[in-house]
Amino acid sequence: MKSALLLDLERIRADFPILTTAARDGRPLVYLDNAATSQKPRQVIEALTRFYAGGNANIHRGLHYLSERATTAYDGAREKVASFLGAAPSEIVFTRGTTEAINLVAQSWGRSTLRPGDEVLATGMEHHANLVPWQLVCEQTGARFRAVPVTDRGELDLDAFDGLLSDRTKLFAVGHISNALGTVNPVRELAAKAHARGALVLVDGAQSAPHLPVDMSELGCDFYACSGHKMCGPTGVGVLFGRRELLEKMPPWQTGGDMIERVTLERTTYAAPPSRFEAGTPPIAEVIALGAAVDYLRSVGLEAIGAWEGELLARATELVGAVPGVRLVGTAPEKAAVLSFVLDGVHPHDVGTILDDDGIAVRAGHHCAQPLMDRLGLPATVRASFAFYNTMDEVEALARGVRRAAEVFG
Amino acid sequence: MSSLSELYQNVILEHNRSPRNYRVIEGADGQAEGNNPLCGDRLTVWLKVEGDVIADVSFQGLGCAISRASASLMTAAVKGKSVEEVERMFQRFHRLVTGTSEAGDSETLGKLAVFSGVSAYPTRVKCASLPWHTLKAAMLDESKPEGREQ
Repeated sequence: MKSALLLDLERIRADFPILTTAARDGRPLVYLDNAATSQKPRQVIEALTRFYAGGNANIHRGLHYLSERATTAYDGAREKVASFLGAAPSEIVFTRGTTEAINLVAQSWGRSTLRPGDEVLATGMEHHANLVPWQLVCEQTGARFRAVPVTDRGELDLDAFDGLLSDRTKLFAVGHISNALGTVNPVRELAAKAHARGALVLVDGAQSAPHLPVDMSELGCDFYACSGHKMCGPTGVGVLFGRRELLEKMPPWQTGGDMIERVTLERTTYAAPPSRFEAGTPPIAEVIALGAAVDYLRSVGLEAIGAWEGELLARATELVGAVPGVRLVGTAPEKAAVLSFVLDGVHPHDVGTILDDDGIAVRAGHHCAQPLMDRLGLPATVRASFAFYNTMDEVEALARGVRRAAEVFG
Repeated sequence: MSSLSELYQNVILEHNRSPRNYRVIEGADGQAEGNNPLCGDRLTVWLKVEGDVIADVSFQGLGCAISRASASLMTAAVKGKSVEEVERMFQRFHRLVTGTSEAGDSETLGKLAVFSGVSAYPTRVKCASLPWHTLKAAMLDESKPEGREQ
């Protein structure tokens, strides 16, 4: 296998201390819940420790040596993330995560722009984090919330998308990769169509940033959001990319220190983006460690990561799909890193518990995508999600575990 | 016994496959819906009360084996019992699934003791206890002087 040769799996796995810890009853951990959160390489863990042990200070304030160094490291991480996403540093806003990034756009751009008669178009396969912020801002502004329907295979209904898109559409919000099914949406084409009708495009990249090479100029979106903890970085930090001219015009969302230009008791003027959107002391250590995570992903190579995960997914699809009683959920031709399925007569939670007994960590539930589950007529699915540090042995263990679940309940 | 086979004891697997009292009670005196938004489990419990005694009880819904078997065994256990007895039974059951049983609990739980394995799985405690919380809500529904809300 060519891509397996591109990845030195043994060396990569040695970078992730958690992969050698034990799961339930001392069994070796098979971590297949990467769509929920990825594991962290020692390079990221060490970046956190190094900062707290030898570099901790607040940024953008102190004149002292430590503060200068912390500021340089923080700004350096912004440059790394910008370069990782093919954007300018001034277009990168650090948030708490994807959820906060989307809420920021909904409340800053949306609340100041949307009017009754306007429409926000999302899709029926979105994570709640890319649905509820839009529903709320539509309620607040009188705009209308609409959603592109999903086909039985778990793809967007592109004809319906064409029909729903109109001059009333002010923003199209779409996930790059479905967290529940793994469907890769044709974001570039959809963005071009939305732009042709004058709509802005926000891409929820929580599931794409760790798995595909992502370039803002190529993707053609106006906003892109992702989470540090899903891309080998720490929790508590995420990224909002916004096109410079849009961020310039957007009002602040949260206010406080570090986001102002001049404050008097009569009137306050605000800093330029990205500072305008980073009120208060940011998660400095986490941002710096996110920089280390981005360095790490680039050193492994996103092309190689995508190729290896594609092989893992293909093998998992074949092996798990062959277990009697298994129905794969989401069978789009373009998929990445996620295998969602149900087992006849066995509730997904019970499958999850039996897999856990073998040391295999998966997610069972509605994956924060209840409208999608309703559309597919399922209360829940079992979801195995892969990362580049997973092995074919782990894929085989998954299939054996699913067989065992079928036997226990047979 | 491994913790897994302790969790999925045969009685539980059997009640999951063929749950008892899985039906609607027409003209029920009390009814309530239980819902665990974290995992999507949903069930409805109906009951008929004569005096202070639960004359009939039933359930329907979607859930994992633990919640289905718990609902099934619960309906079998509480039928013919007084509301007060049911309350005590729930307390004992709750202590069992949270691993905080007191002396004498296990003797009085009868078949419900098969849920002892749940305590090793903190995330599954809610699955086992959701039917009981729902039953409690249905009993409160029944006791409302103005009758049942639709």
